[in-house]
Amino acid sequence: MNIAVCIKRVPDTETRIRLAEGATAIDPDGVKYVVSPYDEIAVEAALRIRDAAGEGEVTVITFGDAKSQETLRSALAMGADRAVLLTGEATMDGLATAKTLAAALQDIDAGLILFGAKAADGDQQQVGPMVATILQRPCATNVGNFSLKGDSVECHREVEGGTEVVELPLPAVISITKGEFEPRYASLKGIMAAKRKPLEEVEATPQDIRLNVEQLALPPERTAGRIVGEGVDAVPELVRILREEAGVL
Amino acid sequence: MGDILAFAEQRSGQLRGTAREAVGTAARIAAKLGGNAHALMIGAPGISGSAGSLGAVGAETVRVAEHDGLGEYIPEAYAEVVAELVRSGSYEAVVFSATAQGKDLAPRVAALLDVPLASDVTALEAVDGAIRITRPVYAGKAFATVSIAASPVVVSIRPNVFIAEDRAAAGAVEAFTPTLGEGAIQTRVIEFRAAAGGSIDVAEASVVVSGGRGLKDPENWGLLEDLRDALGTEAALGASRAVVDAGWRSHGEQVGQTGKTVAPKLYFAVGISGAIQHLAGMRTSGTIVAINKDPDAPIFGVADYGIVGDALEVLPRLAEEIRTLKAGA
Ligand SMILES: Cc1cc2nc3c(=O)[nH]c(=O)nc-3n(C[C@H](O)[C@H](O)[C@H](O)COP(=O)(O)OP(=O)(O)OC[C@H]3O[C@@H](n4cnc5c(N)ncnc54)[C@H](O)[C@@H]3O)c2cc1C
Ligand SMILES: Nc1ncnc2c1ncn2[C@@H]1O[C@H](COP(=O)(O)O)[C@@H](O)[C@H]1O
Repeated sequence: MNIAVCIKRVPDTETRIRLAEGATAIDPDGVKYVVSPYDEIAVEAALRIRDAAGEGEVTVITFGDAKSQETLRSALAMGADRAVLLTGEATMDGLATAKTLAAALQDIDAGLILFGAKAADGDQQQVGPMVATILQRPCATNVGNFSLKGDSVECHREVEGGTEVVELPLPAVISITKGEFEPRYASLKGIMAAKRKPLEEVEATPQDIRLNVEQLALPPERTAGRIVGEGVDAVPELVRILREEAGVL
Repeated sequence: MGDILAFAEQRSGQLRGTAREAVGTAARIAAKLGGNAHALMIGAPGISGSAGSLGAVGAETVRVAEHDGLGEYIPEAYAEVVAELVRSGSYEAVVFSATAQGKDLAPRVAALLDVPLASDVTALEAVDGAIRITRPVYAGKAFATVSIAASPVVVSIRPNVFIAEDRAAAGAVEAFTPTLGEGAIQTRVIEFRAAAGGSIDVAEASVVVSGGRGLKDPENWGLLEDLRDALGTEAALGASRAVVDAGWRSHGEQVGQTGKTVAPKLYFAVGISGAIQHLAGMRTSGTIVAINKDPDAPIFGVADYGIVGDALEVLPRLAEEIRTLKAGA
């Protein structure tokens, strides 16, 4: 069975966000970009399924600008077999993104399509289930662990208060969260091999972008408050403050 | 025109608290736009009992889709039901709660309706007849004002941020019978495994008690649990990534950029250093209290109140004092 994994290039989570002039985008200067953390976990899951089966290909796909080549190469270095770059300008309009990805995914024969539960830039948590809806495939979101059971897949969804276990017929779509699939580091050999793996580039222009960022703003700075005191002796005063001044107890 | 639909989530026939937030938000915006708020509940036969109560937060009508096959959350079928109701009306907007269910359902509904979706919205206003949306990006390191040039405007709102006001409306309960064609149900729910500990999720709790590596040992979580219990039923436990990675706590409790973003009215960070990824997930909390033995820990830079000291000593006393206070109140 072949597996496709959608991955996105995002700022490293260490990044201190600064706004670009005009405040509709972040200032990319000095920002390090990485594979979005949950997408890396999705790649790991795909590799483990492929390796356990001993057959099938893992294709990684991204929709983004030319720099996203690096993102794809990182996934190839982890062990993915081939990559597709849909070249265009990424957008916060998740539906436009989903349509762009779905159009490309239609041409890939994949029993499973994996997504990250959320991309660590827009945090929209929507592209996976949107693609599934467009392709009319069953889908489970926020899955920390899954396993193949014949022609279906059993997924463990992380929801409030516990884990929901669901079964979907294949072909299916899954969005992955942290759980069983701790991503591997690329080996040196993997990094070398990645340079020779196929990376196909296709021009892609989303049809209609209808969700637009009008403005970005930084959250109000939180200023350091006060140290109430040291050790156990400070507890009564803290409790008094929380009740009388903050009004939260 | 100007009508707004809110999806009202229920579990075992009980409306969830977030349902009131969604309906209340729909009612507030609908009032500005000169329309009415409607609510939709989906579930097994018998759920309509609680539907009328949504009138108190502004639902003009509550449509209830009861169906034997919909007792459990079957995403693709629920999405069809919502989309069918939306198509049958003339809704300006559709509001979901950004709970686990809402975050799963809203994108599917948006895709069926062929309109964009703004997720996890923290501010929603009607300005000059248009709907203005604010949502956190980069895990709350920035906020984006976004516009949606499509109708209806579909959003999911972050739990705990929108307060439902008292706003009496008819709350008329009406059945909605969805078409649900062949093959509408593909997902089979096998079981639900409840996590140990409290049932309230860290992302929805109004008080969060988070622990980090400074607690030294998973055995010490009893101290945090005791503080949580002292704080009442609206409190939940949270965790730093360090203790999740160490296997002390489950990822469901992780607060931060690769965990949950929370905004409770009161947040305790105990033995947590305050790494940028952790701060991203909790910096919009109402009041932040830090307990850390290192006076230079970055967490004190965002905390409103702090105690410098050993968490293992401070925690039992804190739980005790809070219990005494609550007993007297
Ligand atoms: C891609 C990526 C994503 C990440 N996402 C997240 C995320 O979502 N959430 C998150 O939390 N982190 C995240 N991190 C990890 C983050 O960088 C920190 O490593 C982590 O938050 C540290 O956890 P901690 O504060 O529990 O541990 P430490 O940094 O080890 O801090 C422990 C603290 O406890 C204090 N302490 C020690 N003993 C005591 C005592 N007896 N009493 C009181 N205080 C004591 C110490 O002074 C110290 O400040 C991420 C990192 C990366 C690279
Ligand atoms: N531009 C993109 N290219 C490829 N995959 C994407 C893109 N945007 C989002 N995704 C995938 O969809 C998931 C959820 O993204 P989002 O809905 O934006 O939070 C991500 O973790 C990726 O797996």
